[in-house]
Amino acid sequence: MELTPPPPVRRIVLEDPPTVVAAPPPSAGTTAPTPVAPGRPAASRRRPGAAVRERMRVERLSVAYSGKPAVREVSLSIREGEVLALIGPSGCGKTTLLRTLNRLTELTPTAKRTGSLSLDADNVDALDVTELRRRVTMVFQQPNPFPMSIFDNVAYALREQARKRPRRPQLAPAVESALRRAGLWDEVADDLDRPALRLSGGQQQRLCIARALAAQPEVLLLDEPCSALDPRSTATIEQLIVELRQSLAVVIVTHNLQQAYRVADSVAFMYLGELVEHGSAEQVFGTPRADRTREYLAGTFG
Amino acid sequence: MAVGAPRERTEAVESTATWRRGDRVALALCWAAGIALCVIAAAIVLYMLFKGIQTLRPALLVDRPSDGASQRNAGGFFDPLIGTVVLTVMGTVIALPLGVATALWLVEYGRPSGLARAVESGIEVIAGTPSIVLAIFGLAFFSQEIFSLLSFTAEGNAVFGRSFFIASIMMSFIALPLVFGSTREALLAVPAHVREASYALGKTRWATIRRVLLPSIRPGIATGTALGMGRIAGDTAIVVILLGGTLRLEAAGGPPIFSTLKGTGSTLTSYVYENSPAGEGNAYDKAYAAAFVLLIVVIALNFAIDFIARERGTARWS
Repeated sequence: MELTPPPPVRRIVLEDPPTVVAAPPPSAGTTAPTPVAPGRPAASRRRPGAAVRERMRVERLSVAYSGKPAVREVSLSIREGEVLALIGPSGCGKTTLLRTLNRLTELTPTAKRTGSLSLDADNVDALDVTELRRRVTMVFQQPNPFPMSIFDNVAYALREQARKRPRRPQLAPAVESALRRAGLWDEVADDLDRPALRLSGGQQQRLCIARALAAQPEVLLLDEPCSALDPRSTATIEQLIVELRQSLAVVIVTHNLQQAYRVADSVAFMYLGELVEHGSAEQVFGTPRADRTREYLAGTFG
Repeated sequence: MAVGAPRERTEAVESTATWRRGDRVALALCWAAGIALCVIAAAIVLYMLFKGIQTLRPALLVDRPSDGASQRNAGGFFDPLIGTVVLTVMGTVIALPLGVATALWLVEYGRPSGLARAVESGIEVIAGTPSIVLAIFGLAFFSQEIFSLLSFTAEGNAVFGRSFFIASIMMSFIALPLVFGSTREALLAVPAHVREASYALGKTRWATIRRVLLPSIRPGIATGTALGMGRIAGDTAIVVILLGGTLRLEAAGGPPIFSTLKGTGSTLTSYVYENSPAGEGNAYDKAYAAAFVLLIVVIALNFAIDFIARERGTARWS
């Protein structure tokens, strides 16, 4: 059965509206123009203003659960100033790769990791794990605010482990700035004491992003952050992701190819634990090198 | 079996007229069982209410039991009332931290797994032990000389082995499995990604437990605690054996509160037992009054559980 390839989508561009890439003209066929057709001019997009700088380096990383490999010999670099999207069919190891970046896989007793992983040239194993996770924070698929007030949720990462210090007045500016960066401030500013679990799903997820941003991380990991949200909230969060890449490195796992196309600067396609293709979004979506990538993008499998 | 001609169904009809006779009989039996339970519950409550109104006098609540065995002519159940409160509070105070800590360890750490399995079956054994067995064991155990601080001692250092302290400790084993069980259920209901979200912000396991998990499971802990309190308030075997069998509170000497706890007394359950036809008090009407008060206390605790459990369903993660 011939499956319809993903329809053309508008890419989110921060500044300079004229550079927005419009959907291909109707002449390309309004029904199903294929963005992966070889030879199609790659969508050009302005790079963000900030300089792209490598923050994390993954080298020959393998992860196995009870001896069963989930990620095989993956090497890639994670750069500040760009959004890296990990795509691939279910079970291809992209979430495992993401969780390994801040050593969350260590919570699974059966998981075993080989290969090296460095943050700013420091081996992550040499860092204290709490320190690493403060610098490489994560947002999950399901919105999961903690059962406390909006303020305390954002302040959580700033406070000393289980203590309630520092007190609220000292944290208020940092909390406000995190909520502003997550685009939630205007909606919650008048009642920061409300229980966070009373917010809507989209607001909860932005709160989770604010929470992850509060400690000024260097890398933000997003594990399918929009898959539980409606299109409107998704659009808000995608806009947010594109804005965030200016100040930190963003890695996003997504099943939604259109989302990857909209937000990513570079794309890594994984299949059966292996990194099949890694390149700029234009290149991977426009002129995929590997057959597997082309087939996946065309919806032949996955 | 006679079955009517098959009819064409156009929509689901909520009528049993089309059912087979066997099914209809079964349904009727289910109804009857439900209604019978309501009738029995209502009968107990109404009978006790009727007897309670007849026999309960405000003075009974504030008068101490009479000094002798017979309660027919004088005395109320002030001391047993205090005894029930003291025993329930103390048993809960012991069971609550133990049960919560055990559940936290088992769910959040739980290693080595052999030890975890042993703990789990240990608690199951305690939960399955009849309270009279717990009581006998407690009596034997706490009559040893090293526990002389916990109860009366006779000449020659014989330890009495019966006091509020000892009864509370054994009572806590009745509440412990309930606190443990509902805490564990509540912990298991917290999705793994909520814990991971906390770890992913650089928090330690302990900080996660303290600031994320404990607030999440508070309703579960409260439910288990209320259930445990109801069980302690209603238990008789441990009181009869381990509280010394004195209707009045008998202090054992020492600092004021300590001496009372070291001493003996009674609870509403043992008071009812003493004054029922099975006991020596010979004041049935007072037994009814005390039973009525006890029933009110336990029913109130049950409603508290319902209330807490309903609160629980407000905002949760998916």
